[in-house]
Amino acid sequence: MEYLSLFVKSIFVDNMIFSYFLGMCSYLAVSKNVKTANGLGIAVIFVLFVTLPINYLLNKYVLVPGALSWLGESFADVDLSFLSFIVFIAVIAAIVQIVEMVVEKFSPSLYASLGIFLPLIAVNCAILGGSLFMQQKDFANVGESAVYALGSGIGWYLAIVALAAIREKLSYSNVPAPLKGLGITFFTVGLMGIAFMAFMGISL
Amino acid sequence: MDKKMKETILNPLFKGNPISVLVLGICSSLAVTVELKGACVMALSVIFVTGLSSLVCSLLRKTIPGRVRIVIQLVVVALMVILVDQLLKAFAYGIDKQLSVYIGLIITNCIVMGRIEAFALGNKPLPSLLDGIMNGVGYGMILVVVAFFRELLGSGTLFGFPVLSAIGYTNNGLVILPPMALILLGCIIWVQRSIQKDLQEK
Repeated sequence: MEYLSLFVKSIFVDNMIFSYFLGMCSYLAVSKNVKTANGLGIAVIFVLFVTLPINYLLNKYVLVPGALSWLGESFADVDLSFLSFIVFIAVIAAIVQIVEMVVEKFSPSLYASLGIFLPLIAVNCAILGGSLFMQQKDFANVGESAVYALGSGIGWYLAIVALAAIREKLSYSNVPAPLKGLGITFFTVGLMGIAFMAFMGISL
Repeated sequence: MDKKMKETILNPLFKGNPISVLVLGICSSLAVTVELKGACVMALSVIFVTGLSSLVCSLLRKTIPGRVRIVIQLVVVALMVILVDQLLKAFAYGIDKQLSVYIGLIITNCIVMGRIEAFALGNKPLPSLLDGIMNGVGYGMILVVVAFFRELLGSGTLFGFPVLSAIGYTNNGLVILPPMALILLGCIIWVQRSIQKDLQEK
């Protein structure tokens, strides 16, 4: 039940886009049509789901104060938490590389549809943000961090596909010239954010 | 000062503003603009990181192999961000807590990587440092403008001092909420593109 609550919460209430603005750059740049938005969204879910549990384990057994005590008594007071940024981003960059190679080898068709988005994802704030929020939220075990990753990935996916669908329709409407393109997209995302706020405070 | 130098300084502020024209680094610009104080600290941190990482990458540009350059750039940027984070933790702990993960997210702020890729790798150290700093300033400018309106209309204060609330203004709670930041940014783009017509999209 706890997992379900966490899952729903991370999709709707703590939505990566609408309540934290994470991954905005690619969110705005790659949402011109539904098909590419779909590809990027799936890639984000996948990479979040893989990197977050790994970073969770690294955080728990290497980085937090006293985490190295499993190595022996003398390591009990080592605090490596200042290294967390560099460790997290290195893990993410490495995983993205590995995923890219594996997908290319075993599923060329998936690679053809996902391929161009994978390198983009290493610098997507949503992925690093997920790991940093995980560090703040202090999850009890790997399962919770994996559920959180899946939930936030799906939340991001829903947001980008919804925006892409709206933008496809929007291209037929008569928008004032200075607002065309980027400007009206910002307004749209803002209004979608207000709509998403209806989920605020829901708990299961 | 020659013409190219002048362009390096002025371009990132208006014509090639990282946020309103290039759409880079939106994530952090929206989340930290509830109050002017946080926005100023964030702007200064980004100026520091973009300036110094452009400088370092420019110094290293002849020794970085093309294939692994992204990883090396990320490490340089992460180093700068760790410096900023440790400094803030030591001297401004309250603000560091308030900005929470967004300081760490400067690493993936597209402005930093974008300027390194587009400018620092092909230019001498000094212009790169300047370009990095000016892009940070262009980013900070938008940040401060958005934060000014959000704090003024949302809590009636500026830098924590009562301004509108002193004359009986009722706070507009909506402006504090995240979606309003997007709409304000949309307005800034609207104003800028009404003035600079060549930026309008077809």
